[in-house]
Amino acid sequence: MAQVSTSRETTFGPVRDSFRAVAVTVVPEAVSLQPAEWEEVERIVERGLASRPSSIRRQLRLFVRILEILPLFRFGKTFRRLDPDRRTRFLLAIQDAPLLLLRRGFWGVRTLIYMGYYSRPAARDEIGYRATTAGWEGRL
Amino acid sequence: MIDKQADVVIVGSGAGGGTVAHALAPLAREGKRILVLEQGPRLSISEFTGRELEMAPALYEDEGGFLTADGTMTLAFGRALGGSTVVYTGTSMQPPERVIRQWNVPGLAHADLDERARKYAAQNNVHFLDETELNDNNRLFVEGCRNAGYHAEQFPINVKGCRGTSLCNLGCPTGAKQGTDRVQLPEAENAGVGIVTRAEVLRIEDRAVVVRVSERPDGAKGLPSEWPAGDYRITAGTVVLAGGAVGSPALLLRSGMADLPRRVGEGFTCHPAHILVGEHPRPITNDVGHPKSFFLDRAVEEGYVLETCMYFPFTTAKNLAGFGAPHSRLMHAYPRLQMILVLGCDKAVPGNRVSVDRAGKPVVHYRFTPETIEAMVRATRASARIFFGAGAVRVHAPSADPPLIEAADANRIDELIHARHFKPGRISVSAAHLMGGCGMGRDATDSVTDSRGRVHGRPWLRVADSSLFPDSLEINPYLTIMALADRVAEGILEDAGALAPRAAGVA
Repeated sequence: MAQVSTSRETTFGPVRDSFRAVAVTVVPEAVSLQPAEWEEVERIVERGLASRPSSIRRQLRLFVRILEILPLFRFGKTFRRLDPDRRTRFLLAIQDAPLLLLRRGFWGVRTLIYMGYYSRPAARDEIGYRATTAGWEGRL
Repeated sequence: MIDKQADVVIVGSGAGGGTVAHALAPLAREGKRILVLEQGPRLSISEFTGRELEMAPALYEDEGGFLTADGTMTLAFGRALGGSTVVYTGTSMQPPERVIRQWNVPGLAHADLDERARKYAAQNNVHFLDETELNDNNRLFVEGCRNAGYHAEQFPINVKGCRGTSLCNLGCPTGAKQGTDRVQLPEAENAGVGIVTRAEVLRIEDRAVVVRVSERPDGAKGLPSEWPAGDYRITAGTVVLAGGAVGSPALLLRSGMADLPRRVGEGFTCHPAHILVGEHPRPITNDVGHPKSFFLDRAVEEGYVLETCMYFPFTTAKNLAGFGAPHSRLMHAYPRLQMILVLGCDKAVPGNRVSVDRAGKPVVHYRFTPETIEAMVRATRASARIFFGAGAVRVHAPSADPPLIEAADANRIDELIHARHFKPGRISVSAAHLMGGCGMGRDATDSVTDSRGRVHGRPWLRVADSSLFPDSLEINPYLTIMALADRVAEGILEDAGALAPRAAGVA
């Protein structure tokens, strides 16, 4: 599924495989993304983070690392080694965690994944979004 | 530092700043130097592509993703010539009499505001869209309201030649929306009012502003600034703050002025909002046509307002609760989705305020009160009834767990949608009606300005934006902002004899 990358220049470069594992759990269709499409998703995410302070980018990277490691305590495996059902159960637990920090961290990561995936023209077509600057005239 | 002089400097160009600039045009014609400073860029119509990725960085502060201090709510506010009037939907509501009376600001009468708002409604071509211009998303809201026992009302809209692109929140690509960038600012500029874009005001000094003008970043949308990049100190007889409910109090706070009214930054409200969707069995017209044509006002009875809306793929995905297969199925039902925006009528409470960090950047502290949460839950339940009343087969409600409710469970709405599921950080809450922070009132003990926007103790410094609201307006605010700004401008015109006569043009 995910390509291994040695890039350490981007926010999620050092945790790319974990990030992609979370991404395919958040957006199941992402599992069929080709390498060039993954690059597009990650380029969009990186551009969205470009104006954010480096501390935020570090926190996001750390949070993805935490998501990778935390399942060890519940399932005895890291996130990437979980099957899709357990990945979902784990992220549901994080999403509903009593600790705001965990809920907020996951909300941030999922928002970036949605930005990367659904901002692509291909995804707009895939879901049937048709708005254009032509408005009603474009539907004639 | 380059020194300049002006008679009046206006910080911001949205509903407040654009209105003041326009109202002061007669002074400009007389040779007084009126200057508008806008932090964002000036875009040409051809640059409005309607694509989220391109428009959000060009038009919104933090690309529309400005987070509150605890990270549980996103605030959307414009940062371009025209401010938030570039990115709103043009909904034009008169100031509500009940709310203005409750504000109880000495010297502020509803009748006066109402009359001024009507003037701007006429200026901005405010009218009801014709029946033939309405899309299914709006028609279904009306039908659903009727079937659920509610009465939907039509929004007056400020468009001219609307072609129904549905892209209002990404800036109108056809120039139909009559924001200050289309109406007030061009007229002001023609009269001699100076406009400088990409101009960030760093601080206010005694009868002066210090501003940094930036180069256009490589590849960014918009024209270069009208002034060369650099830092400027502009002395002015009058300074008008119109940077919005986040920008204006933050600017005052970071300026380090002695003896500021202690309430600067206090009283922040924002109509926190959810996006709800109902899935229909057949495709509907939703991403074409004006997106926000109807509303349901339950502010008095139940503390909320519902509005039609339609958002773009990423914004929709972000605002739907959850993830995985259920979320994806809903996204793939996009052509069949009806959408409602739930607005909670929050109240100004201690602690909800604007401050600045060490770098002087604004920080918005906001906690949801139990009353606001209950109001949003009531609003969500009402929305679910409206969706099902319109024929939806399932409804997505953020404060339900799981968030999807099937039509077969429509009789369990009160049980399924509950305040215990309103968990900040788990659900997406956003706000675009930002209010308060420089509230009007009697004196420096209870407010920041008087009813004419004069900062207590500083007659040369005025505020003319939604930060003047002493509490939530409980309806879309832009005409009320224009009416208040008109009063501020009138005060400046009345004092105009006190302005030092100078040669025409900005020195």
